[in-house]
Amino acid sequence: MDAPIEASATAAVALEGLTKCYGNTTVVDGLDLRIERGECFGLLGPNGAGKTTTLRLMLGQTPPSAGRIHVLGNSIPRATRAMHQRTGIVPQADNLDPDFTITENLLTYGSYFGKPVRETRARLSELLAFAGLDERSDAAIDGLSGGMRRRLTLARALVNDPDLLVLDEPTTGLDPQARQYIWSRLHRLQAEGQTLLLTTHYMEEAERLCDRAAIIDDGRLVACDSPKRLIERFIEPHVIELRGELARAWRQVQPRLPTRREEDVGETVLLYTDDRGHLLDCLEARFGGGHLYRPANLEDVFLKLTGRDLRD
Amino acid sequence: MQLLYYLATPPSLTPAFTAIWRRNLRVWRKLMVPSLMGNFGEPVIFLLGLGYGLGRLVGEVEGMSYMVFLASGIVCSSALTASTFEALYSAYTRLTQQLTWSAMLATPLTVDEIVFGEISWAATKAVINAAAILAVAAGLGLVADARAVLVLPVVLAAGMAFGGLAMIVTTVARSYDFFLYYFTLVMTPMMLLSGVFFPLSELPDLVAVTAHGLPLAHVVALVRPLMTGSWPTATLPHLAVIAAYAGVSYWFAAAVARRRLRR
Repeated sequence: MDAPIEASATAAVALEGLTKCYGNTTVVDGLDLRIERGECFGLLGPNGAGKTTTLRLMLGQTPPSAGRIHVLGNSIPRATRAMHQRTGIVPQADNLDPDFTITENLLTYGSYFGKPVRETRARLSELLAFAGLDERSDAAIDGLSGGMRRRLTLARALVNDPDLLVLDEPTTGLDPQARQYIWSRLHRLQAEGQTLLLTTHYMEEAERLCDRAAIIDDGRLVACDSPKRLIERFIEPHVIELRGELARAWRQVQPRLPTRREEDVGETVLLYTDDRGHLLDCLEARFGGGHLYRPANLEDVFLKLTGRDLRD
Repeated sequence: MQLLYYLATPPSLTPAFTAIWRRNLRVWRKLMVPSLMGNFGEPVIFLLGLGYGLGRLVGEVEGMSYMVFLASGIVCSSALTASTFEALYSAYTRLTQQLTWSAMLATPLTVDEIVFGEISWAATKAVINAAAILAVAAGLGLVADARAVLVLPVVLAAGMAFGGLAMIVTTVARSYDFFLYYFTLVMTPMMLLSGVFFPLSELPDLVAVTAHGLPLAHVVALVRPLMTGSWPTATLPHLAVIAAYAGVSYWFAAAVARRRLRR
């Protein structure tokens, strides 16, 4: 067999020239992407960038207009059923079964994979403990908080002991406690060698969890690397923020400062630099205190690469 | 045009569809009592009300008391309503409100299997109701002999046909209100034109012939003799029409569902 097919068989996900058009609109435009087994991979992009469509294509939920998709060695959409057997999915919209209790949800979902009830029942306490729901196993779905629902959805996605776990905005809408809990669970899965693919709008989440992240916009790959390397490659390491009064003062004076880049985004002025000490000294001399220093982060990269315009 | 593309692809169906059927059974068992009351209480009240009330006025129909005539009709019409309601309201709720279908689609189950699972469950509901009404009718002395048990497999086939037709409406619908078209334009005329409440022979010839294009008339033609102590005539042609409705409506509903969920 020739090399590319071998490669797509070993990768968790391999997309080659993936394209999806609806009428004259191209939503995904020649996307090439490889996700290795055992890594946590983040798919980032503003609304309408093509994240959801890329996920749907990968999961065989819509046929591609062009290109090739391999997930866990299965060619998609042809071998969608075999792919699903080995994949766990945490969807963005809550679709737990409201007609069932927590336990019944897990047993029923297992049956969709052709698993006999007793087989899922044998793993039940492990799954419930993982999601922190062991005390509530007979609770109805209606009474659960958003955090509990998401934890149950995560446990449900593990019912088939998947080789790949796909999470679509796993912590959107959760309170900080629930978010931290989901993160701790994902960290544990990662440590156990689970392959994770997640989409998120929270750059902090991506920076914390992902070994590598891809930023896509207009259906194209803009950048793909580890969060640390993305920050090194695309942005100056130090950011100083001037807010409110200080920003207005800066605007009036328009001083020459030792920065690499300056950005005026309304209420705040962002100064990017390689030499933090020198810039801080200059600011101190000119405006006194009150400015805010922070290291550059993935959100700075994201906004630089995809722009600050609102996406609706 | 696009629908033709989906219609040209045969449904991909495996025994995995039984997982959907079992899921619905599990929910039904939790709500069995109110569900039975609603679905079978009403037909029984109709049978008793119309049977006693109208029966007195009507006297004999086709050589039997009106109550006996009506009992077999009510078994058929309740098979129609039970499977239709399940495949319309319940399935639509699982598709659009509870997102049960989208949860299933994150597993190895296919759209075609979900549609078939729902239709087969709708047909099962028809059988459950028919069995209950049959038992009541037998208790009232309205059933001739044991061959009435053969009504149940006929109702299963009928439920697949009615459930399939309703499933087309469900997969096309964008709101619950859309179902009213189906009730007004299809269900009610079919119920009145198929020999449920009065013999088809009372209708003008042209209407009677048209009625034979509808599946319910064929169901009545099989069920009524079985409940009144004789064997149906032309059994195979009647079964063939019901099976054709079941097969074609499933194929169609699966295609529409794929167009809706897989585009």
